Amino acid sequence: MSQTKSAFGQAASLDTEHAVITRNICKNYGAVEALKDLSLEFPRGQLTSLLGPSGCGKTTLLKIIAGLLEPTSGEVEVNGRLINGPGPNRAFVFQDFALLPWASVMRNVAFGLELRGMPKSEREAIAENYISAVGLSGFENSYPHELSGGMRQRVGLARALSVDAKVLLMDEPFSAVDEQTRRKFQEDLLGLVQNENKTFIFVTHSIEEAVYVSDQIAILLPRPSRVSEIIRPRALHGKDVSNIRRDPEYLDIVDQIWASLRSYVE
Amino acid sequence: MKVGNIQLPGMSSLLLWGLIWEIVGRSGLTFFVPPLSEVIATLFSVIGTPAFLTALSETAYAFFLGVFFAIVIGVPVGILMGKNRLADELLLPWVNIFLSAPLTALVPVLMVLFGFGMKSIIITTTLFAIWIIILNARAGVKQINRSLVDMAKSFLATPWDAFFKIYIWAALPEILGGIRIGVIRAVKGVIIGQLLISIVGFGALFELYSSNFLMGHFWAVLIVLFAMAFAVSELLAYLERRVSYYAATR
Repeated sequence: MSQTKSAFGQAASLDTEHAVITRNICKNYGAVEALKDLSLEFPRGQLTSLLGPSGCGKTTLLKIIAGLLEPTSGEVEVNGRLINGPGPNRAFVFQDFALLPWASVMRNVAFGLELRGMPKSEREAIAENYISAVGLSGFENSYPHELSGGMRQRVGLARALSVDAKVLLMDEPFSAVDEQTRRKFQEDLLGLVQNENKTFIFVTHSIEEAVYVSDQIAILLPRPSRVSEIIRPRALHGKDVSNIRRDPEYLDIVDQIWASLRSYVE
Repeated sequence: MKVGNIQLPGMSSLLLWGLIWEIVGRSGLTFFVPPLSEVIATLFSVIGTPAFLTALSETAYAFFLGVFFAIVIGVPVGILMGKNRLADELLLPWVNIFLSAPLTALVPVLMVLFGFGMKSIIITTTLFAIWIIILNARAGVKQINRSLVDMAKSFLATPWDAFFKIYIWAALPEILGGIRIGVIRAVKGVIIGQLLISIVGFGALFELYSSNFLMGHFWAVLIVLFAMAFAVSELLAYLERRVSYYAATR
């Protein structure tokens, strides 16, 4: 008993700087290799983007970390422990929002807590907080079909935040919203990373978006899928948010990534 | 309905057909069609009689119990088939066979198995309604958005919660559509059951009136039956419209 305890203590102390670690992940669909020997580390409290052309397996990797897909081989460690399916330490934000169309904003945001068996008044108080945090106060009793795409994704985000998971997995969360809403989301996301003390793993196919929001970018290349490069545009985040897009370093990184990706885009 | 530029009120076509019925009836073309006015007069004279009320209650009892079993068994089986590949492959051929089989031919077998009473009539009613309910519930589950299923998994929903909080609701538009068609088939089932198994309820009245050439009575009971089936199906159509707002956005 004391042995296991000390073992866990050791593991936790060794990996405090990495909230999520994937080791030698392979995923095959029949004869097709979706992921091959993929190892990555995700620093705690930071936002890591998985960036790459379509078909490079970035969503597959995210779903493996979420526990929604089982890797053919390899392991995923979250907070020092190997995962075995979905867990309360991770929350998922879906590309198509995945809201219950028959439930109000309030019930949707509180749904993660409802599934954990939290009493109604308690979970609605928490949900209320996050509804106002994402700027949807006054829409508690609206239904998803009455909201715009951007507002729906805010509901999805509030739902993921309200379960208070330490790791937030976002699968192209802004790809289904319009350009202006998207920019606002990206700004809000920077604030969220700073204030929430959570680890974000963010899948995107937009180079500009990845450079703008990320502390670390893992560039994935297809056939066979692998990590080709890791870029850390961290220096950008010391600067004023409104100037990032004009920053020479920002533009350089965008160009550099495009140069390494362009040959993989048909 | 529109004639020229004049918008006629709803149900105008019924008035027209009612008028044609009346004319054919009065012309004395055939004993089979008495004038509509006579049928309606008969309807009101028959409706309060003990014979009619007994028939109504016997029919309603068999009908509602039959539909109840069809829903309570059909919806979970359909959802199971939609979720589980093995169950689907085992059951789908049978469901399709029974959906298109002439179920009337099965009624004598049911009589041997379950006797000549109410039980066989209820089972006949269920058999008429259940297959389309199963197929529709299955179709409803099959088209559930993949990410709703992932969402439930990632928030650690128990199978129980996933079933009652997501699958049933996501498939509800199709389930209600299946129940509506099932109910219409159940009306057929209950009358065929009453005619073939034991002469009770409306089946007995039809038998009695037609063998005594009481065509006014015959049509009156048929109108009542039709009105009841129509009312139930309209109620379900209303419920369907209530959930249709999310049918397109799941």
